[in-house]
Amino acid sequence: MNWMHPLWQVPYKVCMDGWKGLGSFLHGNIFGFIYKRSWDILWPALGETIYMTLLSTILSYIIGMALGVVLVITRKNGIKPMPKTNMVLGTIVNFLRSIPFIILLVMLLDTTLAVTGRMTGTVTISFPLTISAFPYVARMVEGSLIEVDGGVIEAAKAMGSSTWQIIWKVLLPEARPSLINGFSICMTTILGYTTMASVAAGGGLGATAVTYGLSYRQYDIMYAASILLVVLVQIITVSGTSLSRKMDHRIR
Amino acid sequence: MHLSEGTSPLIEVRGLRKVYAVPGGEVVALDGIDLSIERGQIYGIIGMSGAGKSTLIRCLNRLDTPTDGQILIDGQNILAMNGKQLMTMRRKVSMIFQSFNLLMQKTVAQNVRYPLDIVGVPRAKSGARVKELLKLVELEGKADAYPIQLSGGQRQRVAIARALASDPEVLLCDEATSALDPMTTQSILALLQDINKNLGITVVLITHEMAVIRQICSRVAILDGGRIAEEGTVDDVFVHTRSAAGKRLFGILPSEEDDAVSDVPALRVVFEGGKEGMPIIAGLVKTCGVDVNILSADIKPINGQPYGQMLIESPDDPSVRQQVIQYLTEQGLTVKEVRQG
Repeated sequence: MNWMHPLWQVPYKVCMDGWKGLGSFLHGNIFGFIYKRSWDILWPALGETIYMTLLSTILSYIIGMALGVVLVITRKNGIKPMPKTNMVLGTIVNFLRSIPFIILLVMLLDTTLAVTGRMTGTVTISFPLTISAFPYVARMVEGSLIEVDGGVIEAAKAMGSSTWQIIWKVLLPEARPSLINGFSICMTTILGYTTMASVAAGGGLGATAVTYGLSYRQYDIMYAASILLVVLVQIITVSGTSLSRKMDHRIR
Repeated sequence: MHLSEGTSPLIEVRGLRKVYAVPGGEVVALDGIDLSIERGQIYGIIGMSGAGKSTLIRCLNRLDTPTDGQILIDGQNILAMNGKQLMTMRRKVSMIFQSFNLLMQKTVAQNVRYPLDIVGVPRAKSGARVKELLKLVELEGKADAYPIQLSGGQRQRVAIARALASDPEVLLCDEATSALDPMTTQSILALLQDINKNLGITVVLITHEMAVIRQICSRVAILDGGRIAEEGTVDDVFVHTRSAAGKRLFGILPSEEDDAVSDVPALRVVFEGGKEGMPIIAGLVKTCGVDVNILSADIKPINGQPYGQMLIESPDDPSVRQQVIQYLTEQGLTVKEVRQG
């Protein structure tokens, strides 16, 4: 790789001047005078990414969590066996999961317009994001809940618990560490999806990286945006894992 | 559920059948069980694995639904109950398990409080009750510990406290001591006995260990192949064991696996009582004129009568062997030839 390549300048400047070096790289690299100040571009993009990710994660968890619970309790050996319902829901989930997000985004353009009143933008993009992510969330939640020891559920039944009580007081609390882990995995996946939002003018770091890298050949912005994405993923993963461990009382 | 005092048995099981559908047929787990368990008893159900005892106890609180038959608990048919009635019934018929089945993400106190929480007992009231229960099972200091921090015996104590929280009439014990070491088993059995005596709770336990039955049960039923082979007071069943299943369980008869092979041609001689003081070997030597080589022997006197088996070397000469078998059979013993392995 060429020494003048912007990527090489990042560790170099950071080493020379600490984090200020990153700042100076972003603000005033050699072509800086002809570009907008880099932070002015990256800062709102970061905000948009976080916004899209959080909103879509929350929305897809509202749907996916409920669906995941239903998928578990309606299993053949579940607490409310309904094999037919389970099969239908499972099929829908598998169907939605197998459509790549980028295609789903286009397929849902009209629906998005009908639901949100717009076709583009940060809030709007959260609709297809949610639709795409909730089946994934449902499977993730299902996986966490299945891990709960059947004996404990049986004991809860033997104590006279209702189905709701088993869900709220046994299934979900017992699966909590695993659910938290799953949450952080889903969040990073959704974060990955948001980068495709550039197609629908959704903004965010992904769109910034694509636009500046592809259209303007302004690689420094592209790399800086990518680094921010990596940092975000790291924060989500590490905090998810540590919170999950902290919450797990099966660890002495 | 209001349980009235009465002379009728607390638990009555009539013609209970449970058939499981398996690929390519069905398995009969319970094949016509009749039982009646009186109030205040410690009732033991013993059987080899696969005898159906787990299925039976799980039917008693409808964790399993029988295929056919009747179960009356204090005169109420629990097989006719709907979901809500079942929930109420299960608060009166508690259960503890071999694997304890505690909520691993909840503290000891939260575990014990669970049955109170689900019926909406206010925290202020349930707190005192939890304290009382933990004192009963001698775990006062462990209220805020998590199950992972406890030993097996302590976990079972938590499970017992939790089972007692709903003020049950019956405590079902599903192999409750099978995962515990002998010392811990003793202490859990003593606790169950205390509960039975002091709180008047009827205990129904299933086990495959006869020591458990002998130690705390007043009555016992021997389950074999989904049927009750024998039933009665513990003293009676132990002393006058009539069923083959019972004899096998108590080690009086060789179990099926003992019919293995021997290094040399051998004869298995089975003693089933009634031969006290008879010099079998001496008689054999005198009558048949053979030297008897004893390979192994496991004979226990039960009520003064020998029970068990002996393995003797089989004579090489077929005619002598026939003579030996004939003599022993005449003495009322069962003789089987053992394959050479």
